[in-house]
Amino acid sequence: MIAFRDIFITGLLLGGIFALVSVGLTLQYGVARVLNVAHGEFIMVGAFMTFWLLGSANLNPLLSVAITGPVAFIMGFILHKTLFRRLMDTSPSLDIFEGKSLLASFGLLYVVQNLARIIWGSDVEGYNFLNSTVTAAQIPLNRLVALAFVVVLGGAFYFFLARTRLGKAIRASAQSPTTAELMGVDIRNVLAICFGLGLGLAAIAGSLLSTLFAIQTSIGLGYTVIAMVVVVMGGLGSITGAMIGGIILGLVSSTVTFFHPSLTMIAYYVIFIVLLLARPKGIMGK
Amino acid sequence: MTRDKSVTLGLLIVAFLILALLPQFTSGYLVTLLIDILKFAVLTVAWVVFSGPTGYMSLATAAFYGLGFYIAAVFSGTVPFPLLIMLAGASAFVVALGVGALTLRLRGVYFAIFTFALVLLVQNVVLEVERVVTQTRGRFVETVSTEGVYYAILIVFFLTILAAMLIRRSRYGLALQSIGEYEEAAAHSGINVVWTKVLTFATSAVFMGMAGAIIATRRTYIDPYIAFNLNTSFLPVLMAMFGGMGNLVGPVLGAALFTYIGEILLTRFPDLYMLIFGVVLIVSILFMPNGVLGLAQGVWRKMRGGGHAPS
Repeated sequence: MIAFRDIFITGLLLGGIFALVSVGLTLQYGVARVLNVAHGEFIMVGAFMTFWLLGSANLNPLLSVAITGPVAFIMGFILHKTLFRRLMDTSPSLDIFEGKSLLASFGLLYVVQNLARIIWGSDVEGYNFLNSTVTAAQIPLNRLVALAFVVVLGGAFYFFLARTRLGKAIRASAQSPTTAELMGVDIRNVLAICFGLGLGLAAIAGSLLSTLFAIQTSIGLGYTVIAMVVVVMGGLGSITGAMIGGIILGLVSSTVTFFHPSLTMIAYYVIFIVLLLARPKGIMGK
Repeated sequence: MTRDKSVTLGLLIVAFLILALLPQFTSGYLVTLLIDILKFAVLTVAWVVFSGPTGYMSLATAAFYGLGFYIAAVFSGTVPFPLLIMLAGASAFVVALGVGALTLRLRGVYFAIFTFALVLLVQNVVLEVERVVTQTRGRFVETVSTEGVYYAILIVFFLTILAAMLIRRSRYGLALQSIGEYEEAAAHSGINVVWTKVLTFATSAVFMGMAGAIIATRRTYIDPYIAFNLNTSFLPVLMAMFGGMGNLVGPVLGAALFTYIGEILLTRFPDLYMLIFGVVLIVSILFMPNGVLGLAQGVWRKMRGGGHAPS
């Protein structure tokens, strides 16, 4: 029973992080139609920026998200305005744009990863942050703090999408870009903002991850795969789906890790492939 | 045979003869570079055979190529080289039939994601099997002489080109084209959509598997990270785009130019190689939507003063 409880709690905590990692990707694909293979690289960039800010300015990792998030947002906004916007204008159809933007993001993966390697090297880095444990269940405090952070952030983001004007414009653009444009949505800016928000969330997730795990400039692709699994599980483009999918994958991950740690990655892929075949639209897909 | 066809065939034979006689006159670096170029040309043309007309973006190339690697490693030393290559092609065909039958009902970006994940799944499964069952990390492959590898990949290259031309000009080619344009309409006009897609997918995998088995002998040591590398999936797509997919010259040209650029970057800037490579990828996708050939045609059209280029 105690094992079961621990698996459940660990899974839930991990799931929160997975959800945060994935919401950014679903936003990029669902609205901006870019299946960003370089998503994980920005998680890595967020993690390293936090690590660097802690080392150079002694900035609290939780406060550093106020810097890493906006910086990544600006990067994403500019990237969309220059790179993906142009691809969109030169592509005759949406399918072609999706293919080309997938390839362009693969190029981006190389660029970001290698820039990071030049700046931060390729060693494994890490630091201790709030790693005392609380209660009888031996839950590390940093995981609890990270989960609380995810919940608050997720709530704020949900409020932003549901209630604000820009949030409504984003949801409308996700449903139909053409109609949204006809209704007076400044679609060019909305798409760029969505792409930027996606990267911003990735960087924030990276900042939080750096408080929990060791980091390295090559960790990006692993998180991209996790985010893709979650996003497909929840339905491409669905934000609620990404949240639910993240929690489910977190639980699966902690269960498999408990019984057979080396099979975790295989479990991800198996779930992913079975899911794609059985229900390609995902849990919340229409 | 029309005049057009015999010209193409003649050019092909001349090209084959030049390439076949080359190792007699030169050696060392040029042959090594050509092996690399021909390898990517095989992968790119094989990729274009299926993904070009249908528009299904397959990222599974590395899975079939890596399968070839492992077939070469498992049967290394026990069967002759040509048989090894055929064995790799046959296994890739069978595996691709299975994968295709399962997945080709997925459309658009889902198919791309699936094939992307497939490579990583296979990589992880092989890693786990090596760790638990065989308790090894990686395998050794018996090497073949550089010339032997060169002729093997050259023959496979021409087989690939030949297959691509035959498929293009056959009923299958037209069927694939119409699937790419409008799948439902193709099905309604009596094309067996599923069978056509799966069969072509498997045929293109044959050449990827063969190339894998040949190139594996260039390395003495292979492991799952080398065999099932995502670059092998993405590079042929980029090379095809870089060259242009309108005809078969484009992909070959793209593979040759891209490999050569990569080689120069690797020798001149070994530290910045991957970074510059990424920039080149992005820039070529951005500024050459129709590839190098498209760009050249555009320039040609402008020089002739706005007249229509013959298509």
